[in-house]
Amino acid sequence: MVKASKKNLCIFIAPYMIIFTLFTVLPVVISIGLSFTNFNMIQLPKFVGFANYTRLFVNDDLFFTALQNTLFFAVITGPVGYILCFTFAWFINQLPVKLRAFLTLLFYAPSIAGNSFMIWLLAFSEDSYGFVNAFLLNYGIIDKPVLWLTDVKYMKTVAVIVILWQSLGASFLAFIAGLQNVDRTLYEAGMMDGIRNRWQELYYITLPVMRPQLMFGAVMSITGSFGIGSVLTGLFGNPSTDYAAYTIVHHLEDYGGTRFMMGYASAIATILFLIMIGSNKLIQRLLRRIGT
Amino acid sequence: MDAVSVKKRKIRLWPKKRLSHRSRAVDAVIFIFLGIGAVFMGLPLVYSITLSLKPLDELWVFPPTLFPQNPTLKNYSDLFTIMSNSLVPFSKYIFNTVFITGIGTLLHVIIASMCAYGLAKFEFKGKNLLFHMVVLSLMFSGAVTSIPNFMIMRYLGLIDSQLSIIIPAIGSTLGLYLMKQFMEQLPDSILEAARVEGATEVKLFWKIVMPMVKPAWLTLIVFSVQSLWNIGQSIFIYREEQKPLGYALSQIASAGIARAGVGAAVIVVMMSVPIITFIITQSGIIETMSSSGLKE
Repeated sequence: MVKASKKNLCIFIAPYMIIFTLFTVLPVVISIGLSFTNFNMIQLPKFVGFANYTRLFVNDDLFFTALQNTLFFAVITGPVGYILCFTFAWFINQLPVKLRAFLTLLFYAPSIAGNSFMIWLLAFSEDSYGFVNAFLLNYGIIDKPVLWLTDVKYMKTVAVIVILWQSLGASFLAFIAGLQNVDRTLYEAGMMDGIRNRWQELYYITLPVMRPQLMFGAVMSITGSFGIGSVLTGLFGNPSTDYAAYTIVHHLEDYGGTRFMMGYASAIATILFLIMIGSNKLIQRLLRRIGT
Repeated sequence: MDAVSVKKRKIRLWPKKRLSHRSRAVDAVIFIFLGIGAVFMGLPLVYSITLSLKPLDELWVFPPTLFPQNPTLKNYSDLFTIMSNSLVPFSKYIFNTVFITGIGTLLHVIIASMCAYGLAKFEFKGKNLLFHMVVLSLMFSGAVTSIPNFMIMRYLGLIDSQLSIIIPAIGSTLGLYLMKQFMEQLPDSILEAARVEGATEVKLFWKIVMPMVKPAWLTLIVFSVQSLWNIGQSIFIYREEQKPLGYALSQIASAGIARAGVGAAVIVVMMSVPIITFIITQSGIIETMSSSGLKE
């Protein structure tokens, strides 16, 4: 470690930190500040204290629907996605190198393939040409095409399937990498100490060694799962039937981008921010106890 | 050893040295489970590719088929002709996205790496606070900052400019975080030796540090390409000729079911760039991610 000179600080640290402050830190501060005002982009903001928050919690039914849906998607796709990431990474790690590389690519591809989730629209298409409908019709399981994308009974299931399909992202890679770096000698020592099967090996050796990766993966999973928005719009449109796929992000976009009620939208954004940070901190605390 | 010969290259299906407490039976179960998973993950993407090669008369066959009888590239050439009536030539959209992705990625890798090096190897006041804020920013997503960002962009006069996408992308925190974690592992002794020889920090950075962290900047390139290439709708850009490829393509894809083949071609074009970049850099990425753990 070297004591940095002023010149070096300017060259190395400053450029990034200026951009970071301007586009990440400052917006959060402004957001929190604006949430206590009424602001429509044309007139100057008018201070209103907690009025926005009061209205959100007392008067806004749609917000509660959004909150419920967001929590539903976050709780289901977050942990399930996280466990899937780890399970698949762990399984893939048991295979030899070439197969591992191919399968890693295959499992990671959906998460970087942009709008490819739209192909699921074809699968769940509501006429008899959609694959799922065609398959079920063919085998006589149903006799009319099912409205997967507009019937409230099925929308959430379809959403969960598509989101999980896309969720093997950075966490998945981190787990694959972490698993590869676990010292083999630890396993061999464990075998001598009496570990009888791979489940014990997982619990006593692998997980504790991988704790930093597990924590990183959790952060990425949680952040992603609370911010679900565009995938749902792509699948079900906005607003979706009965607002079954309406999340806090949609609510935010509505008040901010459509109605230009910036103060109110900032209040929603601040609440989302607090939820995300709160859950992350909570999970970090839980994960810290692995292996102890 | 069990092995399967494919085109004279052996691909081993079972691990070479078997740890005795792992039973073969469970190995088989894992294999089947992975197989199902692989199909679930891969089939939609493979289907996108085959769908994009289907001529119009095969699109609505019942029951639906997987492979086209008469594969055709017409869907891809249609991409160019459909947009030929618009004000903006299709090539301009391509140029916009390539420009944004290229410049954004280049600047992000350089600037974030420099900052990561400073955070990893320099001592200065406020260093821990800064890094803490970076880690904190990993915990919330863009939706929270989108409205104030719009106001800031307006204030800076960057609305409707490509820079409105490029500059925030330079400040992407995942890249900084990964690079800093990776750089922390660099042995100080090499850096010390270079300093004793009289190298300036800048020269040290370019000539010694950057070559050593190649896996990490490969990773940053992939993640940056991934997020910039896929941008479609941006709240900062209004003029048609500044819009990126993702926007044009989503317009085509949403034009209706008759265009399903072209829609699939759109999906294939958009997904090929991130996927190819990933294939090229895969081992570097895995190496970088091994140091990505959150230690606190």
